[in-house]
Amino acid sequence: MRNQGTIFLGGPPLVKAATGEEVSAEDLGGGDVHTRLSGVADHLAANDHHALQLARQAVARLNRKKPSPFAPSDAGEPLYDPNEINGIIPVDTRKPFDVREIIARIVDRSEFDEFKARFGSTLVTGFASIYGMPVGIIANNGILFSESAQKGAHFIELCAQRKIPLVFLQNITGFMVGRKYENEGIARHGAKLVTAVATAAVPKFTILIGGSFGAGNYGMCGRAYSPRLLFMWPNARISVMGGEQAASVLATVRREGIEAKGGQWSAEDEQAFKDPIRAQYEKEGHPYYATARIWDDGIILPADTRRVLGLGLSAAMHAPIADTRFGVFRM
Amino acid sequence: MFNTLLIANRGEIACRVAATARKLGIRTVAVYSDADAQAKHVASCDMAVHIGGSAARDSYLKADVILQAALETGAQAVHPGYGFLSENETFAVACAQSGVTFVGPPASAIAAMGSKSAAKALMEKAGVPLVPGYHGDNQDPDFLHQQADLIGYPVLIKASAGGGGKGMRVVEASEQFQQALSSCKREASASFGDDKVLIERYLKKPRHIEIQVFADQHGQCVYLFERDCSVQRRHQKVIEEAPAPGMTPERRQAMGEAAVAAAKAVGYVGAGTVEFIAEPDGRFYFMEMNTRLQVEHPVTEMITGLDLVEWQLRIAAGEPLPLSQDQLEIKGHSIEARIYAENPDKGFLPSVGKLLYLGLPDHVAFARGDIRVDGGVRSGDTISPFYDPMIAKLIVWGENRDQARARMIQALADTQVAGVHTNVAFLSRLMSDAAFAASDLDTGLIERQRQTLLPPPQACEASWLALASAAVLASQSAQGQASQDPWARTDGWRMGGAYHRDLHWLDGEAARRVTYRLDRTGASFVVDGVDAKVEWKVQAEVADGAQTLQISWNGRNQSGTVVRDGERFHLFSLGRHVTLTLHDPLAHADDEDVEHAGGLTAPMPGKIIAVQVKAGDKVKRGQPLLVMEAMKMEHTISAPADGTVKEVFFAVGEQVADAAVLISLDGAH
Repeated sequence: MRNQGTIFLGGPPLVKAATGEEVSAEDLGGGDVHTRLSGVADHLAANDHHALQLARQAVARLNRKKPSPFAPSDAGEPLYDPNEINGIIPVDTRKPFDVREIIARIVDRSEFDEFKARFGSTLVTGFASIYGMPVGIIANNGILFSESAQKGAHFIELCAQRKIPLVFLQNITGFMVGRKYENEGIARHGAKLVTAVATAAVPKFTILIGGSFGAGNYGMCGRAYSPRLLFMWPNARISVMGGEQAASVLATVRREGIEAKGGQWSAEDEQAFKDPIRAQYEKEGHPYYATARIWDDGIILPADTRRVLGLGLSAAMHAPIADTRFGVFRM
Repeated sequence: MFNTLLIANRGEIACRVAATARKLGIRTVAVYSDADAQAKHVASCDMAVHIGGSAARDSYLKADVILQAALETGAQAVHPGYGFLSENETFAVACAQSGVTFVGPPASAIAAMGSKSAAKALMEKAGVPLVPGYHGDNQDPDFLHQQADLIGYPVLIKASAGGGGKGMRVVEASEQFQQALSSCKREASASFGDDKVLIERYLKKPRHIEIQVFADQHGQCVYLFERDCSVQRRHQKVIEEAPAPGMTPERRQAMGEAAVAAAKAVGYVGAGTVEFIAEPDGRFYFMEMNTRLQVEHPVTEMITGLDLVEWQLRIAAGEPLPLSQDQLEIKGHSIEARIYAENPDKGFLPSVGKLLYLGLPDHVAFARGDIRVDGGVRSGDTISPFYDPMIAKLIVWGENRDQARARMIQALADTQVAGVHTNVAFLSRLMSDAAFAASDLDTGLIERQRQTLLPPPQACEASWLALASAAVLASQSAQGQASQDPWARTDGWRMGGAYHRDLHWLDGEAARRVTYRLDRTGASFVVDGVDAKVEWKVQAEVADGAQTLQISWNGRNQSGTVVRDGERFHLFSLGRHVTLTLHDPLAHADDEDVEHAGGLTAPMPGKIIAVQVKAGDKVKRGQPLLVMEAMKMEHTISAPADGTVKEVFFAVGEQVADAAVLISLDGAH
């Protein structure tokens, strides 16, 4: 820009030091010099507005065409009002809700083609499209069991093979614990899910719509699994385990320790012990805490989820989707 | 009845005649000049013949070419419309000689009424009242003074050979006569080369009332009542109405019979108009006779229920008058307003250009109805500088004058023209004028009410800016709808924040700004410091790029039509027309001075072959200063900015080296 921008290999002070030549920045490498004499710059802008106009013209001439591996189907807005999500999410996080209500307010025409609906019902998987772009949706609808994990891994394999991007709607407190489940090999099945998520080469997008705790975060494509974009809802919470759980576990350990030494630990003391832990988890699991540390790409309003996913998917379409080479699935 | 009729005219009247011909099953032939090749009147006729260049004298006034066209197309009759050849006796004679019927009076009648003074002499003989005056040859100043005293003051001294308001003097009292006379004679001599004058009584508050007469080839003649054309500007009619307000049946009969006497005195055939000038007390005097169908004939058609063009054709075909005098009656009241492409704010200068958009109220064309429009142009047609800039005639009918006037106000409010200036707003004000409403008519009305009829331009209210801004944002939003890709959406969605946009408008010279803000809670405009929620809805996309929008802002709902012409926005709402220009800072970013390449030094070695300025000359940016030749090509050195030439260092023929300073300017970079 004239009288504003300059380029030079050595500025006036360096020139003066090197050869003794005295020259002003504008005469050494200003807009006029570089667009008229040296040919280093291509266009001269008279002011900021003009520069913006020139930049726009240049971008218009880039001749970039977004490769579209899919024939865009007729999009169409969801049949259900996205603003209703605010009423679907319960205030009490322990209360369950059907995640399909959320999906219906995100996808085109609220059309959701569910996959393996009757098996592993605590994980909802299915095909849909957002702004005409096909996606595979994986959403929590309860705790993860062996069946849900297997189903999830199967679904991810299908999507990777078909080069369909994945959208994860996370609301998970964790995998099921207990003797029965451990004996069934839940660790092994959960690992299959995590392997699939980790090695799927399709674009992945994650939205934290509720809790994101423990291994559930991994299985549902948390930050470490490189989703293209990860967003949180204002009601979401993220930590290794829930605050209440952590407080209980730590209180149990402490109680055992005190009682082993023969001491007494009253209920009030227990509360007094638990409260700060809960408070700390609440503070450090809060979206503001997480987003300030760039653990996510932003906090979005639930009603904007569709638009945000659409923008992300569209941006991801600039590059071809690579073939997926999965790791070894522990059978 | 003829089977083929050639219409020797253009524009509105040609379309009018074609409409009636079509109704009667007569085939029509249009004639057109270069400029009118795509005109509406050409499209309205069955056949068309090209008759010459755009200027009237090269086409519509070429009698021989037109007659030839009639003969070649087998037209048995020619309708001359008004203006052009309609009162040209030579043409009428030529038609008769070629066996083509001229739809109009015999050539003799045209000739008789063509000369104002000859006509008056004829009328005097027929007993038709004339303005008291002297039209004789005795030009002795004392004699004239005597005549003036006899006539009674105030008198008007008029140059006999004059016109256009020149060579006229009003004399209020006897003492002022001689001085006025010599001054008038001097002006007449200078303007027309003839200082002969005539003296007439000067009528204060005169009314222009004319009688429509019709005569057949069997000696019958009737009068189809009167029209009042008093509302004029510089002797041009602006508004015409029928019947004349304040007219009594007795006076009507007296004037009608006088008009019929005038027509019979010249053996008239066809449609004609006898123009009278009337005083407030009802006394009337003959002015002149127009031996053709007039522009304002529709108002007569509206109150009588007749088709005058049909009468013309029947009479020209030899039929007798379809109705007798006692069968004719007046029903209701009609007013006509002429919509011209002119700019009232600039002295009514004609406005030429392309008609971007022509929106008219619901109407009937060329036929009777409550609202009638006789128009000669369509949306997209061009108003050319070669002919009169009439867009259309707007005619209304009402059961009485007040109803007609109210209908006219409504119809004008619904008349929307973009692309040229028009007199629509002026006509609206005229219709609402107190004097006009009270039927206090006379030829000086417009001049007297000048202040209210032509008010100075004012800044428009904020709601207009809101309407225009809504139109911009609505089309911006609509553009984005086309694509599936959410990145292409232009509805202003922002993740968690608000979308701001400043719209810069120019209202005349004044810069106005509208700030648009969109967030979760809705949209709002800030205009002139007022910040209020806004909502809009596009109601319809009318043809020709017009959009009807409804907006709700600052507690007011407003509906309007918006026509966009590049950066200019024409807004039609509430019967008003406001124009605003959208100023996009990005589009005008490079208006600022960016130096021309080449500067004032020679871009390469060469020879000076022309020097266009000298020391001391003031030059403008981009103005060529000198020309040099090098490598068999010419190179012009232009001024990079406005300034004054200080010195030119080389002369023609001199060789210059590369980068030699050629010229120095003051006030340049």
